[in-house]
Amino acid sequence: MLVRFENVGLRYGLGTEILRDISFEIKPKSFQFLSGPSGSGKTTLLKMMLATLKPTRGLVHLFGEDVGRMDKDKVTALRRKVGVVLQDFRLLDHLTTYENVALPLRVQGQNEDSYRAEVIELLRWVGLGERMHVPPSILSGGEKQRTAIARALIVRPDLLLADEPTGNVDPVLAKRLVRLFTELNKLGTAIVMATHDWALMDQIPERRLVLTDGRMRIEE
Amino acid sequence: MSAATPSQAPPPPIMQVPDGQPGRRDTPLLAAGSIAGKALVIVVAIMTFLASMTAGTVELVASASTSWRADIAREATIQVRPRQGRAIEQDVIRAEALARATAGISDVKVYNKRESERLLEPWLGAGLDIAELPVPRLIELKVSGRPDFAMLRRQLAEQAPSATLDDHRMWLQRLGAMASAMVIVGVLIMVLVLVATALAIAFATRGAMAGNRDIIEVLNLVGATDDFIAREFQKHFLRLGLRGGAIGGAAAMLTFWFAGFTAARWNATPGGDQLEALFGTFALGLRGYLAVVVIAIIVAITTAIVSRITVFRNLRGLD
Repeated sequence: MLVRFENVGLRYGLGTEILRDISFEIKPKSFQFLSGPSGSGKTTLLKMMLATLKPTRGLVHLFGEDVGRMDKDKVTALRRKVGVVLQDFRLLDHLTTYENVALPLRVQGQNEDSYRAEVIELLRWVGLGERMHVPPSILSGGEKQRTAIARALIVRPDLLLADEPTGNVDPVLAKRLVRLFTELNKLGTAIVMATHDWALMDQIPERRLVLTDGRMRIEE
Repeated sequence: MSAATPSQAPPPPIMQVPDGQPGRRDTPLLAAGSIAGKALVIVVAIMTFLASMTAGTVELVASASTSWRADIAREATIQVRPRQGRAIEQDVIRAEALARATAGISDVKVYNKRESERLLEPWLGAGLDIAELPVPRLIELKVSGRPDFAMLRRQLAEQAPSATLDDHRMWLQRLGAMASAMVIVGVLIMVLVLVATALAIAFATRGAMAGNRDIIEVLNLVGATDDFIAREFQKHFLRLGLRGGAIGGAAAMLTFWFAGFTAARWNATPGGDQLEALFGTFALGLRGYLAVVVIAIIVAITTAIVSRITVFRNLRGLD
């Protein structure tokens, strides 16, 4: 099991619980939407799956490890197995598109000669072959989105977490991105795609984890 | 990129690019503009300059004191005072004989009565008849080895009781103590300068981390270790440290060279003679210049190490 939540609750400080009694599992090679209205806690849940937030109660197991007992090295090792596409992309503006996509391999200490061709191929595949030398500041919203996705995919993650990946793109590109995710899923990457675009979800009959008022409903 | 590429997608041809084209592999991950680089280089340069000036001055004084001590240690004096009931000339002869017989004394020069009186002329004037004054007599000894002054002193006490030996040991001790004190003060100043540099670097690193917080978060998200992040900062600060150290060290070397050059041009003037008496040639030797280079390198390395430690501490704090 890649992810297992058991009766998880999360609160900030002394406030009320944002997430309550959350229990679910994410199996290898599975595809699921994480949906719910804005502010329902989708991003918070994704952060917990990245071990950037720890639960205030309950158990979170990521790749078989209890998050509460993970040391920093284990968290780093976990993040090398998980690709993440954040809502605000989090690209580094002083690096080129190519360098942004290659970043996860660079931080692993890999030599550029060993990954250059792979990064270029991926950039061409997401339609950024002609934009690899430009900084993110001159990319369009859709191009930034695809750069962030390419950065998450370059390490061939076991699990891909995507937070509203279609939020900033037109419906045509949104469809193309979702197709990209389903194709990746067929190749063996488990996908958790957070979205509140019900029309988009209706096109793909996959499992849905629906958050409402801090609680989760699972639609198989 | 075969695993991540869906099988359905047509495999795109790999773009042929010359080496290093897509991205320079040394592009710094930290945004250079977010770090107060210029100000820090100036701070490091000033600190290196101060530390180098201190080290150079200590080196000048230490080598000058060594040469003073060597000069003084090469000479000793026997003073024969007129005493009631003793013939001073006899005692002078006896003292001279004893000195000549002592191993390690290469030359003995006895100042005769006229010469001894002439030594007093600057104080008493030339016209005064000092024949009746009890003028002591001096015997100057040139030392070439390590004479047994204790034995000579004993023999003088037995055979020429009005003669006393002064081997300048007290002066030597004072000079030694002064030189040691100078070195200790110099080392203390250098340590203080290094500590001040380290603190400035720690503050600058913290500022740089705050300025690069977003970048650090992204690096963490894509699986960078603390060590990787610290290395990025360390590389950056080592570069700044080396630049500051080089500027400060070069300025210090130039200052010493200029001081030596100016002192050499003043050589024949009274001021120059005073300087030469104090500091010898007033020229920093190879050892002094090497010390400046070593200080510049130490400052640069300190810069890198302190930034690394600061990053580690702050990253732990972020957890």
